[in-house]
Amino acid sequence: MEQILQFFFEYKEAIFIIALSVFVGIEVISNVPAVLHTPLMSGANAISGVIIIGGIILVGHADLSSFSLNLILGILALIFGTLNVVGGFAVTDRMLEMFKKKKK
Amino acid sequence: MDNVLGTLNGIEFTIGDSLLELSYLIAALLFVYGLKLLSHPETARRGNLWAAAGMGLAMFTTIVLHKDANGTGISLTNIWIIMAAIGVGAVIGWIIARKIKMTGMPQLVSIYNATGGAASALVALLEYPNAIAGDVGSILVTVLGLIIGAVAFSGSMIAYGKLDGKVGDIMKPFMTYINLVLLALTLGFGAYIIISPNPPVEMIWAIYTLLAFSLVYGVMFVMPIGGADMPVVISLLNSFTGIAAAMAGFIYSNQAMILGGILVGSAGTILTILMCKAMNRSLINVIIGSFGGGGAALDREQGNIKEIMLSDAAVLLTYSQKIVIVPGYGLAVAQAQHIVHELDALLNGKGVDVKYAIHPVAGRMPGHMNVLLAEADVPYENLVEMDDINPDMPNVDVVIVIGANDVVNPAAYDDPTSPIYGMPIIDAHLAKNIIIMKRGMGKGYAGIENFLFFDDKTRMLFGDAKDSISKLVSEIKSM
Repeated sequence: MEQILQFFFEYKEAIFIIALSVFVGIEVISNVPAVLHTPLMSGANAISGVIIIGGIILVGHADLSSFSLNLILGILALIFGTLNVVGGFAVTDRMLEMFKKKKK
Repeated sequence: MDNVLGTLNGIEFTIGDSLLELSYLIAALLFVYGLKLLSHPETARRGNLWAAAGMGLAMFTTIVLHKDANGTGISLTNIWIIMAAIGVGAVIGWIIARKIKMTGMPQLVSIYNATGGAASALVALLEYPNAIAGDVGSILVTVLGLIIGAVAFSGSMIAYGKLDGKVGDIMKPFMTYINLVLLALTLGFGAYIIISPNPPVEMIWAIYTLLAFSLVYGVMFVMPIGGADMPVVISLLNSFTGIAAAMAGFIYSNQAMILGGILVGSAGTILTILMCKAMNRSLINVIIGSFGGGGAALDREQGNIKEIMLSDAAVLLTYSQKIVIVPGYGLAVAQAQHIVHELDALLNGKGVDVKYAIHPVAGRMPGHMNVLLAEADVPYENLVEMDDINPDMPNVDVVIVIGANDVVNPAAYDDPTSPIYGMPIIDAHLAKNIIIMKRGMGKGYAGIENFLFFDDKTRMLFGDAKDSISKLVSEIKSM
């Protein structure tokens, strides 16, 4: 019990952020009409590409004096992240454009 | 930018540091705002663009302003490498997004989800050696980010393979146990890494082993799930990627990553719950996969299958007032969305009211039918959700079921032994006439007998949906 309380106190900010974001996420999305399920999913998918910031930090501070596996993996993470972000937003936009065009 | 603004907890911070955090705050707010707009039809497109703008901002300020623990910014050479990597990803992502056919959308969503998961797993993998031994909190988020990201990656790749028809469903009863053991092993090994007092640098072998376990678990977890359960799995994997990104956000104490990731995690979870509700099943039930078989226990007058001639069908449709089309995965497989719109336009021209009834889990991903029919220019106000169309069903002259099965199976109402008992369905059986387009007399994905086929009001039209509908269209035209 003490350990749990200690853990909570040490990471209280993080735990607050998680709790509040979950609530915000649920509030924002609830009542989404079925017609938007796919675009919402791919749009959200693109937002999860925010991991790209981690990729930028990794590669940004990588030591370039020697060629390493880590550097390659970091670059790979960046490429994957960008694919997720750019592809996700682009395809969502295309889908939504298609919906819009049909509205008379 | 490098002017020192003040000190916080004994560490100096500069204008640049402050601007960077401010930009993350704006990015996080844009994600929330974008997602909010994305959930309403009129504002969805703008919402997507706002979220994209937030992402662009966060990327830009990170490149320009981020400093490591020693206060060193990102050097120019590193910036070139970053730009090159982003360029490659952006060009590939953009080209695929523009070129892909709308019918390939489920596959594409899975692929992008896989890349997001892979990026999270890689970031966690590479950050692990930098963690401090005994710092339970930071090792915990690293390990979780790695496991969830890797499962999302390999799981999404398998989901992609299934949607593309490259991977079949492998479902053996013993797989449930194998998966439980595998899950326990993965989590147990993760826990071992978290509590181990050894410095992370000495545990590199362990983190790679954990990666391998997680990848295998992702494959095994999606392998037995298929067919009608795909929408659940896809939205679940989507929420995993979000959670993995949030975990990585904790590694960097980056609030934009944490908030963005958790938002996606909750959005995916809500969609998953919606999909489960639409099938009247619990998530555990979908994952363990006890669907299929059974149900035929109820002894019932089977009756005869009655076929309908194309010419009779054409007459029936032309002289109706109200027609409802129920599309299912078979429509997507037959690529019949364009011809079905031609049929609906033709009938509309003859004064017939034609609507589409969309079941929430029709197809292989959430909203699949909407995207497919939108591609064929069907106005979206003609796509009616299940709950809105059901009360009107008794007034409908003809229901045309195209490539759907379980979502119109009345056993959901009156056969407690059926696996789909209690699942909300489209009340096709209440309409005055029912035409069912099917390739053959095979059972649906769930392998359940559908008594709607034997109903007195039902007529079957066998053959490929695209083929049948085009014949029907020319038949009506020649009348």
